[in-house]
Amino acid sequence: MTINQSGWRPEMGTGGDDTVATYTGNRALMLEEALIFEIGDSSTTGVDIAPALKAAPRLGGLERNARIGLPGLSEPETVRHYTRLSRQNYAIDLGLFPLGSCTMKHNPRLNEKIARMKGFADVHPLQPQETVQGALAVIQELAVWLIELTGMYGVAMAPKAGAHGELCGILCIKAALEARGEDRPLILVPESAHGTNPATAAFAGFRVENIPATAEGRVDLAALKARLGPDVAGVMITNPNTCGLFERDMKAISDAVHAAGGYVYCDGANFNAIVGRVRPGDLGIDAMHINLHKTFSTPHGGGGPGSGPVVLSEALAPFGPIPFVSLMKDGSYKLVEEESAGALHPQTFGRMAAFHGQMGMFTRALSYILSHGADGLRQVAEDAVLNANYILRCLEDVLDAPFAASGPCMHEALFSDSGLAEGFSTLDIAKGLIDEGFHPMTVYFPLVVHGAMLVEPTETESKATLDQFIGALRSVACRARQGDAALKSAPHFAPRHRLDETLAARKPVLVWKEAELAQAAE
Amino acid sequence: MTRYFTDEHEWIDVDGTSATVGITDYAQSQLGDIVFVETPEAGRVLSKGGDAAVVESVKAASDVYAPVSGTVTEGNPALVDDPALVNSDPEGEGWFFKLTLADPSELDGLMDAAAYEGFVATL
Repeated sequence: MTINQSGWRPEMGTGGDDTVATYTGNRALMLEEALIFEIGDSSTTGVDIAPALKAAPRLGGLERNARIGLPGLSEPETVRHYTRLSRQNYAIDLGLFPLGSCTMKHNPRLNEKIARMKGFADVHPLQPQETVQGALAVIQELAVWLIELTGMYGVAMAPKAGAHGELCGILCIKAALEARGEDRPLILVPESAHGTNPATAAFAGFRVENIPATAEGRVDLAALKARLGPDVAGVMITNPNTCGLFERDMKAISDAVHAAGGYVYCDGANFNAIVGRVRPGDLGIDAMHINLHKTFSTPHGGGGPGSGPVVLSEALAPFGPIPFVSLMKDGSYKLVEEESAGALHPQTFGRMAAFHGQMGMFTRALSYILSHGADGLRQVAEDAVLNANYILRCLEDVLDAPFAASGPCMHEALFSDSGLAEGFSTLDIAKGLIDEGFHPMTVYFPLVVHGAMLVEPTETESKATLDQFIGALRSVACRARQGDAALKSAPHFAPRHRLDETLAARKPVLVWKEAELAQAAE
Repeated sequence: MTRYFTDEHEWIDVDGTSATVGITDYAQSQLGDIVFVETPEAGRVLSKGGDAAVVESVKAASDVYAPVSGTVTEGNPALVDDPALVNSDPEGEGWFFKLTLADPSELDGLMDAAAYEGFVATL
């Protein structure tokens, strides 16, 4: 089949002709843009500010008396600067964004319309509660849906993102253990878990021990059972895991952990692969965060903030954070905060954010859930899994798929760098994909696979888009297998060629300095 | 002086009860360009198999484990400004830390150069 449907023909030439220089450095629509400090003039401003009143300084000699080098741009210069930068960016609204583990799915415009309704967009968290009953009802309605979809007992809506949700869940486990009067210092984390899991456990003061993965890419149940004991507070498991596989032994794992007196935390970042099909509550999970910005399509990755509600089992729900929304007997909604927690939620571990959660994401997520309905959400999971398996099976002849024999993958396809020509690596394939007009997949994660490439297409891509991506990745992979030297210096058509990541990490320049100051410092 | 290796790709040079620890050439080749190394401070007590140092490359951050138990006498100060030493001379100038052995019998479970070479060949 033909991939090129744009009408472009080889005799038209490429956009990357290095032999012709331009006066500006621009190339038609590809515009060079200096740093904001390097354009404009520090005497310029986009706003008229009244001169300061004459008054005696009261800073006790701490007044700033040197220039601080703020950029000075007019309003149109500012607008153009950021618009030009945005044109060099890649975004989900431009094309397939196959970052594995990140779930870069389309952000439906219906959600945006709902979130911009005045009653949601123009409320303030410090408003009297009786004036924002509709907003509180949205939080409560979403909470009910999340509980229904996960088969859990309660939900904490406050956490601001996935890792914040993990912290919330682990703090619930910690509070539950304290209430039992037990000191269990250890959290077990399988190799196939997200990297944030051990970080969260360590941050909450637990020691972390790894549990190995089996050759097929799942938790080694026997090794886990062997390590359980009175010192184990719980396990943190990512399911589906970072190898893109469903942990089939999840119920057995939960039963074993519970029998040993521990709790089960599940990283729910990959819930999009099982929503509507599997209820984590049925698998014996005690706490799981849900990334509204992944499973429920709210914008993220520079497009908006995350949101990570945590569903809790009956055992952990009493320890969940405040504030939360409670539906009262008279039909009104009330925020349970410090003053009422003593009577209504006495065992809470406390507050972990200033307000009640990411309201803008709640409206979008509820809009997504209601517009899809139960059957639509089930199809979300099915299509996400179907698309990932399509990519896996279309490419396993040119890219090594270490767990291809473990059965169907879930929502992401995992490849390794095995079989590439000597000197060629996963990084070269990622850079080659940039030239093909795609954002690269996640690389070098998960760590259990050498030179990992983790591809997550999501359910929102059409077969035509998937075929184009597969064609591009196949082409780049074949070049890497054949040792095409041009691939080593890719990207050739991006605004910048291959960057020196090592130098950037070893000698980072994190603060802009005026040219003369920078030279003086050298 | 005798050099031993671990299956976590550390090497340890032993001279009496003092020893020097680093990561192997195989380890640095797998990590890629090293951009940061955190070595343990003098006086820190390490237990065999426990976290001892952190090494970060452009690809990943990894823990370096203590091959044996002991007390750190010195972290390699040269790695602070020049972590690339781990790439250029992993089993020499790129050493991580020195320690005093707590229990020399712990060395018995480690590999010699030939055994480690055989181990790497199986990976």
